[in-house]
Amino acid sequence: MSLLQTGIDALLALGLVWLAWRALACPDLFRGIVLFIAFGLLMALAWVRLEAPDVALAEAAIGAGLTGALLLAALARLNRIAPAGTRADTREAWRNAPALLLVLAGAGLGLAVLSLLPEPAGLQAQVAAELGRSGVSNPVTAVLLNFRGYDTLLEVLVLLLALLAAWSLEAEPPRREAAPGPVLDLLLRLLLPVLVLAAAYLLWAGAHAPGGAFQAGAVLGAAGVLALLAGWRLQPHLTGLPLRLAIVIGPGGFLLVAWALLLTGRPLLEYPPALAGALILLIETLATLSIAATLAVLFQGSRPAAEPPA
Amino acid sequence: MTGPDYLAALLLLAGALFFLAGTLGLLRFPDVYTRLHALTKADNVGLGLIVLGLSLQSGSWLVAGKLILIWLLVLLAGASVSHLIARGARLRGIPEWRR
Repeated sequence: MSLLQTGIDALLALGLVWLAWRALACPDLFRGIVLFIAFGLLMALAWVRLEAPDVALAEAAIGAGLTGALLLAALARLNRIAPAGTRADTREAWRNAPALLLVLAGAGLGLAVLSLLPEPAGLQAQVAAELGRSGVSNPVTAVLLNFRGYDTLLEVLVLLLALLAAWSLEAEPPRREAAPGPVLDLLLRLLLPVLVLAAAYLLWAGAHAPGGAFQAGAVLGAAGVLALLAGWRLQPHLTGLPLRLAIVIGPGGFLLVAWALLLTGRPLLEYPPALAGALILLIETLATLSIAATLAVLFQGSRPAAEPPA
Repeated sequence: MTGPDYLAALLLLAGALFFLAGTLGLLRFPDVYTRLHALTKADNVGLGLIVLGLSLQSGSWLVAGKLILIWLLVLLAGASVSHLIARGARLRGIPEWRR
C-alpha cells in the first residue's frame, strides 16, 4: 500500500472517531444529527476502502440518508411537543451510564479484535464452493438470502417491529403544513422516475453485483420521504388495508416461502438449487416494497390518518 | 503522460481549486445566503470539472456517460436544495448580511 493510501485511510479513521465524538458531545441536537449524517457518509467511504461495496451502499442509503431523515423528523416533532427551552435536561444525569456502557463495549470489541488469529481462515472458500448452488453469483447475496437467510428474515421482521412500536404511540393531530413550494414538487416529479429505476436496478443487480433488497428499499423509501416532504399524501382509501399489505408483504412473503419449504421436508429456508434464483428474487422484490413503505411511513411518524378536508 | 492525461490533470486540479474555494467560502462568509453562493460554485463547477477530468481518464463512453449523469443529478439536487434552504431562511426572517 502506498503512502498516499495509508494517509487517506488514516485521515478517514481519525475523521470517523472525531465526528462520532462531536456528534455525541455537542449539546445542540440539530448539529448532532448533521454530524451523525456526515459520520454515516464517511463510514460509507470507509466501507469502500475495506472493499465492501454492499455494506457501503447500505450505510450511505440507510445509515446516513434515511436514519438522518428519521432523526430530523423526530427532532422536528420533539420541538413541536416541547420547545427547546422547556425540555428537562436529562443529559447531565444520564451522560455517564451510556458512556460506561460504550467504554465496556469498546473494550470488549478491542479484546475480540486482538484475539483474532493473525490469518483467519474465514468462510470464503466454503461460500465459493457452494456459490453455484445458491441461485445467485454475488457471494454477499448468497450468504444473506440463502446460506443465512434467517438473518435477513429477522432483519425484515425487526423493521416491522419498529413500525408497530411507532404506530402504537398516540397519533399526532394532523397539521396543515406550510406549502413546500413549486421547486420541491418539480424536483420530485423529475427524480421520482430516476429513483424508481435506480431501485429496480439495485434489486436486479443484487444477484450478481453489490445491491439487493435493503439498498433498493432504501432508495425507494427515500423517494417516499421526498414525496412526503413535498406535501404528497396517500389517498385516504389507500392508507388502510393497501398500505398495511405493502408493509407486511415482505416479511409475510418471506415467512410463506420458509413455511412452504418446511412443508416439502427441507430444513428452514433451504431452497432447491433449481428454484433458488427465482425464490431469492421473489423474496427480495417483496422485501424491497415493504422496506420502502416501512421507511417512508416511519418518517411520517404516527399512523396515517385520513386527511382533514382542505 | 500524453496530451489527454495532462488535460485531465489540469481539469481535476481546477475542480479541486473550486472545491477549496467553496469550502473556504462556506466557512468564512458572513450569512446563510452568501455561504450558499459559495457552496453552489463548488457543487456545480467544481464537480463538473472533476467529472470531465475523470471522463477523459476513464477511456470508456459508458463510464463517461454515467459520470456526466451523476453530475446532472447533483446539479438538479444542488440547485433545488440551495433554493429550499434560502427560501426557508427567508421565511424565518433571517436578514441578509449588510456591510
